[in-house]
Amino acid sequence: MRREEILVEIRDVMADVLGIDADAEDVTEATTASDIEEWDSLSHIRLLVAIERKFKLRSRFTNSEIESLKRVGDLVTLIEKKTSA
Amino acid sequence: MLKRMNWLVAAPKDFRVQARALHAEVAAARDRAPAEDLGLRIHALANHALDENQLVALARLAADAVKTGLAPQLFSALKLGVFGDGTLSLLAPAIAGTALRHRLMIDTLVGEFNAALFEALDPASRVRAAGLDMALMVSDARVLGLDQPAASREAAEAAVDRAFAQLRQTVEGLRPWVASAILVQTVPPPLEPLFGSYDRVQPGSPLSMVASFNQRIADWAASGAVVIVDVARLAASVGLETWDDPGHWHASKLGFSPDLLPVYADVVARTIAAVRGLSRKCLVLDLDNTLWGGVIGDDGLAGIVVGQGSATGEAFLAVQRMALALRARGVVLAICSKNEEANARAPFREHPDMLLREDHIAVFQANWTDKAANLRAIAETLNIGVDALVFLDDNPAERMQVRRALPLVAVPELPEDPALYARTLAAAGYFDAVAFSKEDRERAEMYQANARRAAALSASGDIGAYLASLDMVCTIDFVDDVARARVAQLVNKSNQFNLTTRRYSEAELAAAIRDPMRRVVQVRLVDRFGDNGVIAVLIADKGADVWEIDTWLMSCRVLGRRVEEACLAHLAAAAKASGAQALIGKFVPSAKNAMVKDHYPKLGFSRERELEGTAIFRLDLDSYVAPTLEMAVDDRTLAAGVGREAAHA
Repeated sequence: MRREEILVEIRDVMADVLGIDADAEDVTEATTASDIEEWDSLSHIRLLVAIERKFKLRSRFTNSEIESLKRVGDLVTLIEKKTSA
Repeated sequence: MLKRMNWLVAAPKDFRVQARALHAEVAAARDRAPAEDLGLRIHALANHALDENQLVALARLAADAVKTGLAPQLFSALKLGVFGDGTLSLLAPAIAGTALRHRLMIDTLVGEFNAALFEALDPASRVRAAGLDMALMVSDARVLGLDQPAASREAAEAAVDRAFAQLRQTVEGLRPWVASAILVQTVPPPLEPLFGSYDRVQPGSPLSMVASFNQRIADWAASGAVVIVDVARLAASVGLETWDDPGHWHASKLGFSPDLLPVYADVVARTIAAVRGLSRKCLVLDLDNTLWGGVIGDDGLAGIVVGQGSATGEAFLAVQRMALALRARGVVLAICSKNEEANARAPFREHPDMLLREDHIAVFQANWTDKAANLRAIAETLNIGVDALVFLDDNPAERMQVRRALPLVAVPELPEDPALYARTLAAAGYFDAVAFSKEDRERAEMYQANARRAAALSASGDIGAYLASLDMVCTIDFVDDVARARVAQLVNKSNQFNLTTRRYSEAELAAAIRDPMRRVVQVRLVDRFGDNGVIAVLIADKGADVWEIDTWLMSCRVLGRRVEEACLAHLAAAAKASGAQALIGKFVPSAKNAMVKDHYPKLGFSRERELEGTAIFRLDLDSYVAPTLEMAVDDRTLAAGVGREAAHA
């Protein structure tokens, strides 16, 4: 899966989880949680669970992986790694 | 099964779009009246298998709908406090979103992280001003300290004592600020074995300590002081490995896997619904391929598959066995099938392997009319709303037709394999209860006796002679501890014959019973067909000059039996004896109580005035003459005299 495809899927999940319009201009690889009001520590948990489900990840995000996430681009990289493994 | 909640229809593909559109309508309702069916459409959308994010979207919608007081006749509104261990802020929206499925409009107040005891005892706590109707106590073995082994039996008992004492202190601290029930969760045991199988033997193992803690909660709930939410049972049913997710506990202190938020929330919401008297009352069964394999009209008595000896036959027996078990605990059974009536009844009469017999069925509708019409007829015959029905049918097309025509009937989805029918029905928890009384046990019999009484009436013709032939004995008494649960149940369930629809929790009711300025009485009726149990409840505020009737409700089972006149004679005599000159009655209209609009005028009250929709009536006791009734009245409150009432107060 290409990075851009992953990002499109992530936007879709974010729209569901955060209840926001997550269009291409709203969410880019550089977007961070502080850019989106609805993205707080609680919705972050729901977001990661929803992403695990959406991408059918065989192994769950570990806590150290979660802690390393700073921006949406990091999430794309992580999903890339987990889906190609 | 539980995890996927497969008794519910899968969420529509465009859920997000639908939820947003409904939310916009709710928001607009602040300025202008919403479409009449908006409440029903919200309920319908909530009535799908939703994931935790979809539930959050509905919770946001509910939060706005609470503010506008949307569809009060469809949704029962309440403010729920969620307190206890771990991250609660993920639980609350899942509960509020799910609640719409159970016709509850919940506004939540979420307690601080692991600070329940402090919040309960702190005089400045926001909890006290929140106006909570109910509270939910969430416990976790890891926070209670029950996940660490104790060195000895004594140390284990001390650890359990300490954990339970803290929970109890929290609940008692909250109680004055919670109007109705307090719900207490049991605790799933830690998954990791310590001694292995020997954990069950060893009192200091976390497994044993958690079991003993849960038993304390069960005993507490048995006393009526709290309502139990058996999360330990839920966790065991889905499997502890699925339930317990250490990663999420470490990262976010969420006590279980977020995948299970939807089913957890459903268990909580259905318990709250049961407290509010919204549980279902009647199971309506289809016949062909639901109660037996095959089509009776085509295959004949010898051709249908039911009974021991074939896997399919046993699967259908399991459905019948479950129906009988439900009937034994008070759920009324009815049949709704597209069949010739004679064909449909034949297996009940003649098939040797059938467990269900005609005697077990309160209403039998077998004809070629559509099922929605038949379900309506069943509800009418039983004098209950269609919202009290659950309809079990293997045919997806029939299920869809019923859901469309009667959205408030619960219609579970069924899997292909009949072996899973009984389990699917049970998993949905439609008939969940928070108490179990003698009346519950006998309810199914009572409904059947009612059907026989109706037959007796059509045979007799003259009402007076009919009533006299019933050999009725009406007993009026104060409410003792034994009767209290049933009285509370009636107070919270009765909708139609209920003048004010005022609800009391069991605790509030106990307070009213103790209050010397109030009179709370129960009325029972026995006739030659059986004991109807408690069929009326009266609560009056005793003033010096006038007594005001706060609550007057009756079971619709005894309509037309002149029991209301016996009730009035009792109140009038008691009020007069205390020196009062008049009775004041009120009619507060609700969506369901139009039948008692003229209750007071019919009894000789005169209309005084109207206040914000409430009609107020007055009866002067000087001019009141008690009527002669076709029943023996055993008024134990008068027989016992003033001494008993004082002792009672």
